[in-house]
Amino acid sequence: MFETETISRQQSPISPIVPAIEFRDVDLAFDDRVILDAINFTVRRGETKIVLGGSGSGKSTIIKLILGLLRPDAGTVLVDGEDITNADEQELTEMRKKIGMVFQEGALFDSLSVYDNVAYRLAEEGIDDDEIEHEVIRMLRFVDLEDAIDKMPIELSGGMRRRVGIARALVGSPSIVLFDEPTAGLDPPTARTICELAIKLRDLEGVSSIFVTHEMNNLKYLSSEYAIVDGEGQVFFEQEGDKLCIINTKVMMIKQGNIIFDGTDEELKLSKDPYIHRFITGR
Amino acid sequence: MNPFSRFLVELQDISFLFWRMLRGLRKQPRYFDEMIRQMDSIGVGSLAIVSLTGFFTGCVLILQAYPTLEYYGAQSSAGQSVAITLIRELGPVLCALMVAGRVGSAISAELGSMVVSQQIDAMRALGTSPARKLVTPRVIALVVTLPLLTVAADVFGLIGGGIIARYLYALDANTYITSLRAGITIQDIIGGVIKPLAFGFIIGLISCHKGLTTQGGTVGVGKSTTDAVVLSSITVIIADFFLSKVLQGFFGNTLF
Repeated sequence: MFETETISRQQSPISPIVPAIEFRDVDLAFDDRVILDAINFTVRRGETKIVLGGSGSGKSTIIKLILGLLRPDAGTVLVDGEDITNADEQELTEMRKKIGMVFQEGALFDSLSVYDNVAYRLAEEGIDDDEIEHEVIRMLRFVDLEDAIDKMPIELSGGMRRRVGIARALVGSPSIVLFDEPTAGLDPPTARTICELAIKLRDLEGVSSIFVTHEMNNLKYLSSEYAIVDGEGQVFFEQEGDKLCIINTKVMMIKQGNIIFDGTDEELKLSKDPYIHRFITGR
Repeated sequence: MNPFSRFLVELQDISFLFWRMLRGLRKQPRYFDEMIRQMDSIGVGSLAIVSLTGFFTGCVLILQAYPTLEYYGAQSSAGQSVAITLIRELGPVLCALMVAGRVGSAISAELGSMVVSQQIDAMRALGTSPARKLVTPRVIALVVTLPLLTVAADVFGLIGGGIIARYLYALDANTYITSLRAGITIQDIIGGVIKPLAFGFIIGLISCHKGLTTQGGTVGVGKSTTDAVVLSSITVIIADFFLSKVLQGFFGNTLF
């Protein structure tokens, strides 16, 4: 179990009804290959949207569009109600401060230590060294990796790299966190640890997130468990059911650039679509 | 895409990278520490190979030229022949080719690996411009260190030529040195330093561009590394011709 500390989120002046992320008729193609075809969806504040889909379905592209790493051919991408479709690099840099991004393999900077990786964003902003150290230790404690602070990325296991990646993404307390297949290639207990971090962010910090994955275990954890803190600050994970029903986690499935499902996990399981059925059961 | 269109697209991409690099110089943070680190790695790291190349080029120049000079009774011009060839042409070009091989490939491979492991995306997601953080310090480091390396190559070449002239052809050392001093003009030296400035810029920009546009995993890194070395070497040789012509226009066509 984790000890928790309250992370003060970036306070946005935007109304809570304005979605954290919104896609309106977004099209994207590389040469003649259509990647996304008229995509529409929203992620509300404090909501976790699990994006499912096979390899090459366009899942990771959605994340790159939100970060402004790619621009859509048509349509509009809104982050916190702001249209970022035609934003220049300066505006995108400001917008990216609201977003934490967790990459598939962690994408840690090989030449920097764990400390410097986590401190990267603050160091770039010219923040005072003491403040940086305090924040880095706090974040590494959140992902339970305080002992690895002086290690180089090459010395870390796959799971540790992802957790450092999460700590780096959370520095600056972004209000939106994007996970791009953070559990790919990890053993089940480590994958569960990553999901627990995402659950903690959702339930204890009120973060809006997109969790791209193709692993059904992740869907099970995120859509059926919630985190609570006891009087001593210990975090526990409980199953939804009698006491509480999770309503802030939605599932979206993408197939060849089209959204073929957008709803709750229960609705997904009841779907008659043969592709969805095969995706869920593996048969 | 046909080769001509591809060439135009590449040229456009390199121009954009150049523009972003220039903007990187204008805005904070300027990453001076990174520039110094790159100068150490590029400049100090390449000193040995560049000096060795310069030394043996000087040796072989005298080895080949001396018998001809002796045939015409012009042995006393031996130093002059090495100096002009080295300082005007071979020093800058060979030095640039060696650095393109050693540093251009390293830059391209490093940036290419960062692209395929999503470190470049992570950098942008964390609010840093890769052009400013990675390209500007490398190009500046090359522009600063390549002229210095060229001067080192020239000096070692002249020493190498002197050793061969003295010990293989028994030319008097004083004659060689006097001939050197008579042969080198200030225009040669200025021209010999302006060229590596341009070559450093070419190698840096092309290698960074190739690295940052890497596609297709580790195979892509290999391809972009090869492309970076080949393209920068060819561009250096082509640019050398045009630069020589421009410098001739400025300084006049100095004769032997």
